[in-house]
Amino acid sequence: MPGITPSQTVGPFYAYCLTPTKYKLHEIFTNDLVVPGIEGEKIRIEGRVLDGDNVGLPDAMVEIWQADAKGGFAHAQGHKGANTGFKGFGRVEPDNEGKYHFVTIKPGRVKTPDGKLQAPHIDVAVFARGMLKHLVTRIYFGDEASNKDDPVLQLVPADRRDTLIAKPQGNGGDKVYRFDIRIQEGPKGPRETQFFEA
Amino acid sequence: MTMHFPRESAKVHPPSLFPFYVSTVKRAPKRPLIILPHTETELTGPAYGHEVVQPGDSDLTTQHEAAPLGQRIIVAGRVLDEDGRPVPNTLIEIWQANAAGRYVHINDQHDAPLDPNFSGAGRVVTDDEGRYRFITIRPGAYSWQNHENAWRPAHIHFSLFGPSFLSRIVTQMYFPDDPLFDYDPMFTSVEPSARKRMVSHFSLEHTIPEWGLAFEWDIVLRGTNATPTEQ
Ligand SMILES: [Fe+3]
Repeated sequence: MPGITPSQTVGPFYAYCLTPTKYKLHEIFTNDLVVPGIEGEKIRIEGRVLDGDNVGLPDAMVEIWQADAKGGFAHAQGHKGANTGFKGFGRVEPDNEGKYHFVTIKPGRVKTPDGKLQAPHIDVAVFARGMLKHLVTRIYFGDEASNKDDPVLQLVPADRRDTLIAKPQGNGGDKVYRFDIRIQEGPKGPRETQFFEA
Repeated sequence: MTMHFPRESAKVHPPSLFPFYVSTVKRAPKRPLIILPHTETELTGPAYGHEVVQPGDSDLTTQHEAAPLGQRIIVAGRVLDEDGRPVPNTLIEIWQANAAGRYVHINDQHDAPLDPNFSGAGRVVTDDEGRYRFITIRPGAYSWQNHENAWRPAHIHFSLFGPSFLSRIVTQMYFPDDPLFDYDPMFTSVEPSARKRMVSHFSLEHTIPEWGLAFEWDIVLRGTNATPTEQ
């Protein structure tokens, strides 16, 4: 068996290929996952990507992967995404202060292989200059009662679960959630996000 | 078809903290990672095929008025899974410096000229046998700020999806026998026995007479069909 190809950093100069909006080049992926006719609650997730000095990363890249409102994935053959045209994948280049956002729909519940229902969640991959491999985390939603029974959240120490929970923000219109991604905790800064070995 | 993603395979990836690469020091988590069970969210992944690629995306030498400066090359190979089976219909995105070692990026301050005929970004979708092929120019080495007299070996950045969220990878392809390998913190962040997996080899077979040299590089993604062993 051949071994897998090792990861290398995305580096600082990926944008003109992976997120080329400002280079006026052909763009495939965006931070807006909403398509016409989509079912589900439209939401906005916003936050910052921060390093060990609590400074925003201008050269990170954040990707998300999620189910549609019914818990189906727009995967290739063998899976049935319930919402036509919903790809479930988004990619964003944070701004110079590390600020990012996604516009999407709240995902439905997805089962574990042994049939337990998970709370609504979004898988996240974080890439950056200075990161030799990407980090994986999950976004959960602060106003979800099902969080307390989620089998993955239960693997996380109780006092660290809130680093995975996007906080609902009060305002009109679409629902807004705040989710900061802290790569590393500093000596006196806020706690780092819980990352996973996927 | 159910795929299985052994955790053992992913241990070949470099560590998050590798102080020789100075920027990792503030960008590596200090807390231990928690093992994420592989649920349907992890076992599925975005499906993007030929519909997202435009004609000409795989030829980086014909995206402008004239041919870019530098040595025209072919970069070709296959995308495979851990069982050695081809990964068909998967998107590959690449980006690279021009022949002088300069990126189009607005933050690239390296003192080397831009080439108006070279953007350095390409895309392709693998065919039924997992094959891909780009035409480009050989990228130059470039200097950077990591340490005194730091130079990156020539490389092309690759981004691939594969069949699931777990097979997602961003990596770099290097050229054979680069004298800069031993001085490069990214290349040497990988354990010595696996470094050659990132290095392409010269291919006389794919080389086109009177036109361009070819470099062949196979990429192996996480994923196997082997019977899962319970842990
Ligand atoms: Fe580079």
